[in-house]
Amino acid sequence: MSKHSPADQAPIPTAPVPPAHWAASYEEEPSQASTPPQANGMTALKPFGWAKDNLFNTPLNTALTVACLVLLWLVVPPMANWLLLNASWSGSSEACREAAGACWSVIVVKHRLIFFGTYPYDEQWRPFLACALFVAMLGASGVRAFWRPWLAGAWALTLVGMGVLMWGGVAGLTYVPNDRWGGLPITLMLSVFSIALAFPLSILLALGRQSSLPAIRTFCVGFIEAMRGVPLVSVLFMASVMFPLFLPEGVTVDKLLRALAGMTLFTAAYLAEAVRGGLQAIPKGQYEAADALGLGYWQKTMLIVLPQALRIVIPPIVNQFISAFKDTSLVTIVGLYDLLTAATVATTDPEWRPYFAEVYVFAGLMFWIFCFSMSRYSQWLERLANRYTRR
Amino acid sequence: MTETAIIELRKVGKWYNSYHALRDVSLSVAKGEKVVVCGPSGSGKSTMIRCINRLEAHQTGHIVVDGIELTDDVKAVEKIRRKVGMVFQNFNLFPHLTVLQNLTLAPIWVRGMAKSEIEEIAMMYLKRVRIPDQAHKFPGQLSGGQQQRVAIARALCMRPEIMLFDEPTSALDPEMVKEVLDVMTELAGEGMTMVCVTHEMGFARQVADSIVFMAEGSIIESGSPAEFFENPKSERTRQFLGQILEH
Repeated sequence: MSKHSPADQAPIPTAPVPPAHWAASYEEEPSQASTPPQANGMTALKPFGWAKDNLFNTPLNTALTVACLVLLWLVVPPMANWLLLNASWSGSSEACREAAGACWSVIVVKHRLIFFGTYPYDEQWRPFLACALFVAMLGASGVRAFWRPWLAGAWALTLVGMGVLMWGGVAGLTYVPNDRWGGLPITLMLSVFSIALAFPLSILLALGRQSSLPAIRTFCVGFIEAMRGVPLVSVLFMASVMFPLFLPEGVTVDKLLRALAGMTLFTAAYLAEAVRGGLQAIPKGQYEAADALGLGYWQKTMLIVLPQALRIVIPPIVNQFISAFKDTSLVTIVGLYDLLTAATVATTDPEWRPYFAEVYVFAGLMFWIFCFSMSRYSQWLERLANRYTRR
Repeated sequence: MTETAIIELRKVGKWYNSYHALRDVSLSVAKGEKVVVCGPSGSGKSTMIRCINRLEAHQTGHIVVDGIELTDDVKAVEKIRRKVGMVFQNFNLFPHLTVLQNLTLAPIWVRGMAKSEIEEIAMMYLKRVRIPDQAHKFPGQLSGGQQQRVAIARALCMRPEIMLFDEPTSALDPEMVKEVLDVMTELAGEGMTMVCVTHEMGFARQVADSIVFMAEGSIIESGSPAEFFENPKSERTRQFLGQILEH
């Protein structure tokens, strides 16, 4: 912030040198007095003026700028060479061995395994279609114009359609048991279903934690603290290994379902704390106004408290959604093939084993696409929710 | 007097832990009567008025509103809250709903009224509080005085028999006090039963049938405005009047 100091401490007429950032505008103004200063000249002169002013204005900043440039020079060209310029995009593993850069052919060769795991190869159009349908519906559900009652019906149809596609056994589709499912469908379904189930559950837990009934309050606090106190891995283990021991003989619950239940309960406990933060932010006067108007507990909660509380906590809730989405990769420990596990399997082929890094970069990119979409969507949702309610 | 009383408090007591907030408060309000409650801060005025629709629960004594005694019975509380409208110091409008939605929410959900019907009634009340053009704005876009008038209209939409005002003008900028008091005066003229905690002594003199003075959780004296202002009985009242009238 020292850029004004020369002018400040220089009332003496012998110091007419203007600070660097004035230079640009001084040179422009005589020639183009009538046009706004950003018309011409700016592209040529402003960047230098700006850089001088902001990047090289003190010795420390100059040093930092130079250090950053050196770092970029050291990192970016080799990265670009590996990722793009020297990469091998198709062909056999021999071609890859000769190329100096990344071997993207491994993705071309293995993408079916990464995306669909051990689903029967010739039937993989079915999980593809199911995923496409699912993602399309998720996208559509985010559009405000589609927030109509028929969306629920569309979802019911979609879920039935996905079930038919994934399991088959009807309409001439061969039956595929769900222990052969893998890859993207597992990641998408586990994460979306566990989030969709955990969200309402978390609201009930958060409300229960504030309940005036001691039994409900104690149960909710106990559940939340128990779930938050253990790693997800052990919750999944318990759901997968210990839970069947409690069931009567002959009764089995599907492995996928057990993992889903474990993920749901775990996510709900974390979400409940985020929701509770929102509940606490609602002023007491809101409750009193609702009470005074004669609204009952559920009317007050659904119409007054939650609409305000949830829009406050959109950021931490979406944070939990993103975290839950990535946590699905932990189901590998109970023997389910999510996207990341399927990618790992793809790297076990001896022919392509040297190119595991490429496979993981690709799997990471897939996760990033979904997480980044959620993040961007939440920002839009936040703006929508807070449009009129800024006090 | 007791036969026609719509609000009856008998020896009402309340504690916050060890703090004695209300001491044997007895008060009876007749149908159509306008009572102004005043007193120094911490005297229990707000606590008393909030006991009438059970935003606070009293611990000893009895409160009977329109023949229904207030107890822990939720049904009784709900019945009374439908008869009693309340206006708060801080307006407490619902910021996520438009003005019109603020007005229609409770009639739709509590009284089960049809949306079109109540919207018409709500617009009528908005006209009466002189802000029909703000119906589709959100509370955050209105001035304090406008918000408080919306709050009055919101309470009126429930067709209450009694209106409670808990310092309705205390949070307002001075230039907005009058527009709210005007609406309240108008309402008083229509025969509404009103209990109003306020320091607006001009309003009290003009509108009140009786004035209740509280201090330290007790009612010190009550009487007609003429008696109260011209000839206060207790030293405590004289002191209070001296403080608020001489400035």
